[in-house]
Amino acid sequence: MGSVKETLFNPVFNDNPIGLQILGICSALAVTSKMSVALVMCLALTFVCAFSNLFISIIRNQIPSSIRIIVQMTIIASLVIIVDQIIAAAAYDMSKQLTVFVGLIITNCIVMGRAEAFAMQNPPGTSFLDGIGNGLGYSIVLMLVAFFRELFGSGSLFGFQVMPLVTDGGWYNPMGMMLLPPSAFFIIGLLIWALRAWKTEQVEEPEYEIGGHTALSRTA
Amino acid sequence: MVEYYLSLLVRAIFIENMALVYFLGMCTFIAISKKISTAAGLGIAVIVVLTITVPVNNLIFQYFLADGALAWAGLPDVDLSFLGFLSYIGVIAAIVQILEMFLDKYVPALYNALGVFLPLITVNCAILGAALFMVGRDYNFTESVVYGLGSGLGWAIAIVTLAGIREKMKYSDVPEGLRGLGMTFITVGLMSLGFMSFGGISL
Repeated sequence: MGSVKETLFNPVFNDNPIGLQILGICSALAVTSKMSVALVMCLALTFVCAFSNLFISIIRNQIPSSIRIIVQMTIIASLVIIVDQIIAAAAYDMSKQLTVFVGLIITNCIVMGRAEAFAMQNPPGTSFLDGIGNGLGYSIVLMLVAFFRELFGSGSLFGFQVMPLVTDGGWYNPMGMMLLPPSAFFIIGLLIWALRAWKTEQVEEPEYEIGGHTALSRTA
Repeated sequence: MVEYYLSLLVRAIFIENMALVYFLGMCTFIAISKKISTAAGLGIAVIVVLTITVPVNNLIFQYFLADGALAWAGLPDVDLSFLGFLSYIGVIAAIVQILEMFLDKYVPALYNALGVFLPLITVNCAILGAALFMVGRDYNFTESVVYGLGSGLGWAIAIVTLAGIREKMKYSDVPEGLRGLGMTFITVGLMSLGFMSFGGISL
């Protein structure tokens, strides 16, 4: 059963949807200023991804290929509506903070990409695991980014004050920059660097090689 | 009145830039920004699609989905707003498809220029995001036209600028692990930092 483990954990490090496939970045950036919000987003995405893969895989032989995008879209959109209604009913404050980003799971390329690339060719069981695996790969990046942003931006984790702020008589002077959108880009950029320093086979080929002569004349 | 719409336009382009402030349409933003020419093609396609879909979704919301919107059909108590996501994405997919067929038939030059980008746009979250923001902010029809145009322009400006930077950047000596995707993220971060400064403008 090595393949089950592979399907589940391959997307986490070796083929990370955010780090390597450039999928689903939009929400990774926007909802990561607090860990609790990011966690809800991760759960929502993993749920949608796993079940859309499952349902699409079940009916994959019945879908005519000319209208498959619309069929996939409908299944995904219905699942997202369910998730959105559940979040709005069970955690209203949370749904206010997530604003449009739950809805945007519909166009999250991870869900769509996995449905198209994996669920259309594979049996339901493996597709379901693949959905969970990709959800996990997405979640781990999201939680890491949220961890750094919340810790340094407001000195707390999941809302608990870890480093007491100067304004409350503590010692930590929060980095307001971390709560602003650009910091998410920097953190993801550095995370990708770290991931590729570890897994060197993911390094991209240079598009343009600097000749030896140029390098010499530049240093001179 | 003109001033009001102008400020809405400027706000949509710069202060609330789809790509750099709300991170919408990031996947295509990063994947298709290696060359200025392709980036410009995609940018124009996004402007066209946003300018059409946001107002159409606005009408759908006002006359079909909003609470009590079906009063004209004799059903004043029906609230279909939970069908929002499904309808918006359906409308967007349909309009992109129609636009593609229309351009193919009547404006083949533009159709060839936009090429593969049109179908890609359906899954661009900037389009759905704009529709959801429009509903969330209660824009009326005229406002939604202006907002659609403005957010499209903002997205196009951002992707063309990024493509320009990346064209120059391929000649620079970037550390190995950071090459490509990593460096692009950091560049976008710096651009986004630049766009943050528009936030101080009050209109």
